[in-house]
Amino acid sequence: MMPLQAPISPDWLALTPAIVLGVFAMVLFLLDSIDPDESNDGLLAGVATVGTASAMVVAGVFLLSGVGAGEGVSVFNGQLVVDGMALFFTFIFTSVAALICLASIEYLAGTDDIAGYYSLVVLATTGMTVMAAANSLATVFVSLELLSLPSYGLVAYLKNDRGSVEAGMKYFLIGALSSAVFAYGISLVYGVTGSLLLPDIASALAGGETLANLGGLLGVGVLMLVGGFAFKTASVPFHFWAPEAYEGAPAPVSAFLSSASKAAGFVIAFRVFTVAFPIETVAGTIDWVLAFQILAVVTMTLGNFAAATQENVKRMLAYSSVGHAGYVLIGLAALTGQGSGEIVLGAGMIHLLVYGFMNTGAFLFVAMAEYWEVGRTFEDYNGLATKAPVACVAMTVFMFSLAGLPIGGGFLSKYYLFAGAVGAGVWWLAGVAAINSALSLFYYSRVVKAMWLEEPNGNLGGIDTRGYPTGLYSAVMIAAVATVLLLPALGVFSDVAFEAANAVLRLGP
Amino acid sequence: MMIEALIGLCLLGAGVVMFTPDRYAAKVAFGWSLLPLALSGLMLLNFDGTGNALLGGTLAFEEQFTWITLGPYDLSWHVGLDGISMPLVALSTLLTSLAILSAWTPITKRQNQFYGLVLLLEASLVGVFAALDFFLYFVFWEAVLIPMYFLVGIWGGARRKYAAIKFFVYTNIASLVLFIGFFGLVFGLGDSISSLDLPEIAQALRAGELGSLAGGLIGPELLALSAFVAMFIGFGVKVPIVPFHTWLPDAHVEAPTPISVLLAGVLLKMGTYALLRFNFTMLPEVARSLAVPIAALAVISVIYGALLALGQSDLKRVVAYSSVSSMGYVILGLVAYTSYGLGGATFQMVSHGLISGLMFACVGVIYNVTHTREIGDMAGIAERMPLTVGAFVAGAFAYAGLPLMAGFAAEFFIFVGAFQSTVIAGNGMAVMTALAMFGIVIVAGYLLWAMQRSLFGPFEFDGDYDVTRAARHDVVPLVVLIIVIIALGTFPDDTFFRMITDAVGPLVDGGPAEAAIGSGGGSS
Repeated sequence: MMPLQAPISPDWLALTPAIVLGVFAMVLFLLDSIDPDESNDGLLAGVATVGTASAMVVAGVFLLSGVGAGEGVSVFNGQLVVDGMALFFTFIFTSVAALICLASIEYLAGTDDIAGYYSLVVLATTGMTVMAAANSLATVFVSLELLSLPSYGLVAYLKNDRGSVEAGMKYFLIGALSSAVFAYGISLVYGVTGSLLLPDIASALAGGETLANLGGLLGVGVLMLVGGFAFKTASVPFHFWAPEAYEGAPAPVSAFLSSASKAAGFVIAFRVFTVAFPIETVAGTIDWVLAFQILAVVTMTLGNFAAATQENVKRMLAYSSVGHAGYVLIGLAALTGQGSGEIVLGAGMIHLLVYGFMNTGAFLFVAMAEYWEVGRTFEDYNGLATKAPVACVAMTVFMFSLAGLPIGGGFLSKYYLFAGAVGAGVWWLAGVAAINSALSLFYYSRVVKAMWLEEPNGNLGGIDTRGYPTGLYSAVMIAAVATVLLLPALGVFSDVAFEAANAVLRLGP
Repeated sequence: MMIEALIGLCLLGAGVVMFTPDRYAAKVAFGWSLLPLALSGLMLLNFDGTGNALLGGTLAFEEQFTWITLGPYDLSWHVGLDGISMPLVALSTLLTSLAILSAWTPITKRQNQFYGLVLLLEASLVGVFAALDFFLYFVFWEAVLIPMYFLVGIWGGARRKYAAIKFFVYTNIASLVLFIGFFGLVFGLGDSISSLDLPEIAQALRAGELGSLAGGLIGPELLALSAFVAMFIGFGVKVPIVPFHTWLPDAHVEAPTPISVLLAGVLLKMGTYALLRFNFTMLPEVARSLAVPIAALAVISVIYGALLALGQSDLKRVVAYSSVSSMGYVILGLVAYTSYGLGGATFQMVSHGLISGLMFACVGVIYNVTHTREIGDMAGIAERMPLTVGAFVAGAFAYAGLPLMAGFAAEFFIFVGAFQSTVIAGNGMAVMTALAMFGIVIVAGYLLWAMQRSLFGPFEFDGDYDVTRAARHDVVPLVVLIIVIIALGTFPDDTFFRMITDAVGPLVDGGPAEAAIGSGGGSS
């Protein structure tokens, strides 16, 4: 490992966001064990929100003050590296988690074991944060499990709801399978290269000798790794759990999984492939760029077409989330070595950031509709704007921004992705993505049409009787404001993202 | 900071009106809309731009600062006005105020949302005309669609949802096409540009910097041609040019009348303005080489639009189709490539905005009272609503090109410019122009006939409504529009035409236009 000039001392302080999250998860356990019979929902939600939000603030400050600049801070002998990319993703995870914690207060009212819920969310976020910094396949695997195990529990959290339990079961089975495949892939890579540290894998491959002798074996290993990422990011061919899990899970958990957990899958995919298997080294033997190009096209097309045929809003969002995974895959699929790779990779990171807000907001709006007992289909949303106009404005912002209209950051981040792809010479990929994006307007605008243009069905009584859920409502509003502000202010984040992407891409020998 | 203030005022107004109780929303919205109107009037008086915005002219109220840097390209907030965009900004603010006033009677539900969206629309429209960076331009261009979608979809007629979706889908696909076309040019320019600034791109294109794409597979000529066609289609949908016009009658008939005023008055001009700014400014060579098909499309739009108007029995549809016809003249003026042609086309944008606004507003007032727009359902309305009918007649004459009204000046300039034009070998343009003139005759004849049937003669009406004079606030917009139309027709030079010819001058090989003719006379 190269000696690094640490901009923060001692080194481990760079892990403050993860440490904060871990401590707060323990505090939640502690609070619950002091008086398990007393229900103090507000306190638990407050502690979880404060914990995730403070981790977010720390990550943001680190990011902007240049703690992870350049090659970043290496800790535990290079097992973890806190660089720009790690901090950028930590910011995404923690901001989504903070929104989720804030939004869950009313949604969970009346269920038991609320402390369990919040500590699982915070633990899963801790796992993601470690994943973002993971610099060896061992830490990647451990942190992946630290994320996955709480996620299974969260999906099945509504124990008396058959859908939730079934979704959790499916998610667990497919997750376990993909973990096994992933671990096998790791062992093959280790067998070929003799190292688990990502930079060391790259140096082992650098000579070309290993590749020539054991290229086939390595190829199988890499393919298995791709499968593991595809599961976590809900990309084809391991996407089919996503609609089931998102639909069955409590809506805030769906938001969490589809925004933060997806981003976590991407951060390891980004890091593992760019650092351990730099394309200039493995080109010709293992053409993962081609593999990701195929995956990107299939994922976005399948996600969009499936979303267009749904009648249930949550399922539509689930498939749209598959489609967006396809867009982000461009971040890897366009690393052709032509053009500037940092724009391509950085665009993927930026899209995940914007997506974190707009998609979380959309799922939280669905959570609010469930809270009001409005129903789940497009028709059930008819006339919602007559009762809750401000919330519907927020949902409209999310839908149009997801579709790529210039009303929120989604427009710019998609533009970055497509422009990056064209710059890298894969204009056909940009073309497919642009057409998909234009088609997606069809199903997103169905929600808008139902809310604003249709007459109410008489199922909106819940809004009057149950009132506005303060926490949920504020989370939706915060997400909407952030989505809109990310249009003019994206420059702040995009500079950081491009810098971080640049640093990661150069790390390879 | 004038343009920022103008857009900011509209946005702030939208926010305020959205949260105003329904009872006061209409009045607050109208009062507020007078602020941007006054500001744009002030800007018009202090206008000091010269030359063309894209070709190195001096801009009025220019502001530029970098927004985001993406790889090789800077995206910036760059706004400014020249003699082409200034009149259109003034038109937008005027028509918005009048549209709000004309909405007082027909709009009865969810008023705060309605007026808020109208002000939001105004902000985006001003942005479209003022933006000088492609990215900024595109943001505003798309942002216009969103309020429009809701305005048609919520407050429209019986088939409003269908019309709103059709409008939305049509124009969005068009946006994608033009976006791809424009980016073909940007990538073709390669390293010779460092931003998406429209002046920079226009000057690079005119200097012949366009390279090839896809590793030489698409050469510069082919690239320029395909980009031109893509942008022509993309903008042509908005104009609309036949055969991309089918969304227009649906949107117009279903839209509430005040929105029709804005749709015909300003939104269609976004298309012709963009054609002038992009296709005809950036790729003049291609435009000249395609003069025959473009002029033919223009003539077809003129004649076919007029014939379609003939087939309608709904007054609003008549006016809607005649817009297709009038916009055909704009295209004819653009393709002529003479300073009268281009200037006349721009003048026609303003003039048609006012005249079609007037006509739609009249139809709206008659509908408010009679609740019908069918020509056969009424007769002799003039007896009961003399002022409204008078305004309607004035509008029809303006459409028909009565001298001293704006329509005459605009169409006269276009015809002069088109006759002079040499873009088609021989007397080609003269023939095209002569053909296009028939459009006026058809529309004028048909409007007069329709008016005679429904407005004059003995009073006859079998509806249940009491046909009486329209409310005062309904008539005010009509009167204001007539005054402005006459003012523009009488003094074209001193109002806008001198400003416009100064701005289109650099587009024409002969340099700036010489002294303008027209009843205003004087030197430029």
